[in-house]
Amino acid sequence: MSARRESTGGAPLGDAVGKPVPRLEAREKVAGRALYTDDLTRPGMLHAAQLGSPYPHARILSSDTAAAKALPGVRAVLTGRDFPRNYTGMFLMDQLPLAVDKVRYAGEPVAAVAADDLATAREALRLIDIEYEELEAVFDPVEALRPDAPAIHEDRGSYECHYELPPEPNAVCYSEFKEGDPQQAWARCDVVVENEYRLPAQYHMYLEPVSTLAEVDSNGKVTLWSSMQGVARVQMLTARALGLPMSKVRVIAPRVGGAFGGKCELTNQPVTAALAMAAGRPVKMTLSREDDMTMMKSRHAGTFRARTGAKKDGTLIARSVEFILDGGAYADESSAVSAVCAFFSRGPYVIPNMHVRSWSVYTNRLRAGAMRGFGNPQATFVSEAQLNELAAALDMDPLELRLKNALDEGDAWLGGRSVGVPSLKQCLQSVGKASDWRNRRKRRASAPGKRRGVGIAGFGHTSALLSAGAAVHLNEDGTVTVNTGAVDIGQGSDTALAQIAAGTLGLELDQVNYANPDTDSSPYNYQTAASRTTFMVGNAVARASAQVRDKLLEHAAAILESEVERLELRPGGSVGIRGISDEEIPFAAAAGHSLYVTGGPITGSSNWLYEPAEGIDPERTRTRGFVDVVAGSGVFCFGAQVVEVEVDEVTGKVEVLEVWSAHDVGRAINPDMVEGQLQGSVVQGLGYVLTEELVWDGGDLINPTMMDYKVPGMADVPHGIHAILLENPEPGAPFGARGVGEMALMGTAPAVTGAIAHATGARINRLPATPERVLRAMLERA
Amino acid sequence: MAEKVPVALFVNGENRQVLVDPRQNLLQTLRADLGLTGAKCGCGHGVCGACTVLIDGEAVLACLALTVAQAGREIGTVEGLADDEASAALVQAFVDCGALQCGFCTPGMIVAARALLQRNPRPTVEEIRHGLGGNVCRCTGYVKIVDAVRTASGAVQP
Repeated sequence: MSARRESTGGAPLGDAVGKPVPRLEAREKVAGRALYTDDLTRPGMLHAAQLGSPYPHARILSSDTAAAKALPGVRAVLTGRDFPRNYTGMFLMDQLPLAVDKVRYAGEPVAAVAADDLATAREALRLIDIEYEELEAVFDPVEALRPDAPAIHEDRGSYECHYELPPEPNAVCYSEFKEGDPQQAWARCDVVVENEYRLPAQYHMYLEPVSTLAEVDSNGKVTLWSSMQGVARVQMLTARALGLPMSKVRVIAPRVGGAFGGKCELTNQPVTAALAMAAGRPVKMTLSREDDMTMMKSRHAGTFRARTGAKKDGTLIARSVEFILDGGAYADESSAVSAVCAFFSRGPYVIPNMHVRSWSVYTNRLRAGAMRGFGNPQATFVSEAQLNELAAALDMDPLELRLKNALDEGDAWLGGRSVGVPSLKQCLQSVGKASDWRNRRKRRASAPGKRRGVGIAGFGHTSALLSAGAAVHLNEDGTVTVNTGAVDIGQGSDTALAQIAAGTLGLELDQVNYANPDTDSSPYNYQTAASRTTFMVGNAVARASAQVRDKLLEHAAAILESEVERLELRPGGSVGIRGISDEEIPFAAAAGHSLYVTGGPITGSSNWLYEPAEGIDPERTRTRGFVDVVAGSGVFCFGAQVVEVEVDEVTGKVEVLEVWSAHDVGRAINPDMVEGQLQGSVVQGLGYVLTEELVWDGGDLINPTMMDYKVPGMADVPHGIHAILLENPEPGAPFGARGVGEMALMGTAPAVTGAIAHATGARINRLPATPERVLRAMLERA
Repeated sequence: MAEKVPVALFVNGENRQVLVDPRQNLLQTLRADLGLTGAKCGCGHGVCGACTVLIDGEAVLACLALTVAQAGREIGTVEGLADDEASAALVQAFVDCGALQCGFCTPGMIVAARALLQRNPRPTVEEIRHGLGGNVCRCTGYVKIVDAVRTASGAVQP
């Protein structure tokens, strides 16, 4: 493999980095003392709820809130007209806190009430009378893309938009990549496979439903405690939606009970804040699970067509894909998702001739947005499914086919950017070895009535984008406080970032305090998304900690009457003279020197922007539409997965027996937590492939409960989910660490359908692979 | 709004008097009236297990239990587990095994695991998987939770 290259932070000092320590807040969580938003109360606090539209597409003719306002105990009632018309969004600004002229999906919030208790608030919602005129709705993204489809946002052209809108009236975004000459190349292929795949709307099902608590002080400053993914992002968007300066909005992160992308951007923060402003009292709005599922967002469903051709020996020659992603009623992060989906459509393989077209499209359904993987799980499913079909057509081992075409040293990603450390082959080999792939593939021993099979997937993802800051200060007693504004959504970033600070300064972990994110005091950080926190914020923490180290050394040199060059940090928080073990002072002495003798407090501050690389090589790649932002961002990381399944011949039910997942994580700052991220991703991937799907009847979501939307339980998934960590350090990363939050989800679905095909011969092209669909595919084959 | 009724509850070893709407469920009473916010509401209708509490030693979903029906019963929440040795071992094992991430399911998971170990002090992996099958965790993938329960049972060394 590639030689070890330099990372930010150099070699860690002490043993904090790479140590599988428990997360900092483990104790409070196991004791039930961790405070999530809904656990908080404020004096005089009211409770709020919001009303969803009964129609998927309708004009709002009038609204009458008099009866609701008259109900005893009701303190504020708001409709869309009570807000300024300040649209928010990511790249396309199309959304208001509550619907104004039109509703565009069933469940879209149209009114909100704050009352003395939740029951009164809900009763008041029933008294709100809104008159609608129903409009023709469109639910299928392929139909919605037609030029004559009913326009969902007639004023689309008037929205602020940071890219060129495609011409189709309901198109949110379009991205196109072309490399080589796919038209000519088909003729040179010995085998061509072609298929259409339909992928479902997966719902995040963070166990903590969306919740916000808002309070307004006498100067009109709004403080929000909210379950979210980034304090700075929520501050900016809430201020924008309400027409407030950001200096009047403070956002604080309590513990967050999972998010997975679903709490990126805004949830109910502007509405809760506006209710608190209207009522003059603190207001808490925690969504019921049903409201969360019908009002918030999902992963992008869609229709994905793909064609791939290869030589007899398995060399990949050409691929064309056409992706149509269902963005739902509002753009949210769709533009970036459909672009990311295009960017990953080739997978981590060499295919010289490519044509990729990817749309996100408005429909009259729940908006789709970020969810773990952000378009890549869809792209990887399609790409890997195509490889599985090719392997079968070529009668070639699926692992061999992947190894033969895997990106290697010097190869580029789609668009032409270098992939950095190309460890896919190592991941494939390692997962093949750990799972005993060759023998397991042959063995296939099954219980009577069951058929056993194994499948494999290779995949790549990126981490790193946008801005992050960190402030590290040395306390008077020699401990440090790290403040970053990065919200730990459960993945463990508080702990990993504290470990990075400890590893830079040679401290024990309990000598590091991780400050709670608060926009009044924390540096800017974009948000916890895109597997970026360890890499981005970790880098800022390592750099700020290094500044503290340098200042400490200067003070120590003065105290020890030595030169900085002769000094070293020693584990546990002291500075000594190299080679002389008893000549040392504790950090506290340097801190005291800075506070009372000379120089002033010792602090470090690092702020940086990940500047996108040139993502597109124009000599190699022709593009259209929205591609630059996604193509240039992030450092590449690779993984591979093997799954063994058993399929019931009578019912079609798939049982997953064992999973092996190998990843080049660069460096595991905390191996136990990395393992936990990978295992958790695999199980979300198992839900995606086997059971999870939001189901609509026309415009109505018919399974908005945990009863009817099935996420995997403990008995549904194997205990044998083996995470294999490879550590080829990433240059420029904190101690070499890459982001791992999303990666392991990518490969699970295609590895499972590959295993189903191996077991039964049946190809599943529509997820989830429910027993009915698997059985039907088996029967069709027979 | 129905007239509120007084109920004498016995929670974590203490007598607690509450005045509640007769339709109120135990989860709401614990969280809003008694300030015991360890048990969580993840689904609101008895599917996710985040609200699991002990009633007379049995794991019960507090969101499905009416408060007025709990008079005279012994109610135990995650906040009250600290005192007994088996619970302390369980809590320690969850920490040591990294059996939690966001932590929202953790109180319910630990209470359910406590009840499981009461019934079956040495459960196998299969018995744990099925015994805790009603407690959803969206973060961990469950592997480390199973390991933690096994560790707490003494089946494997920490």
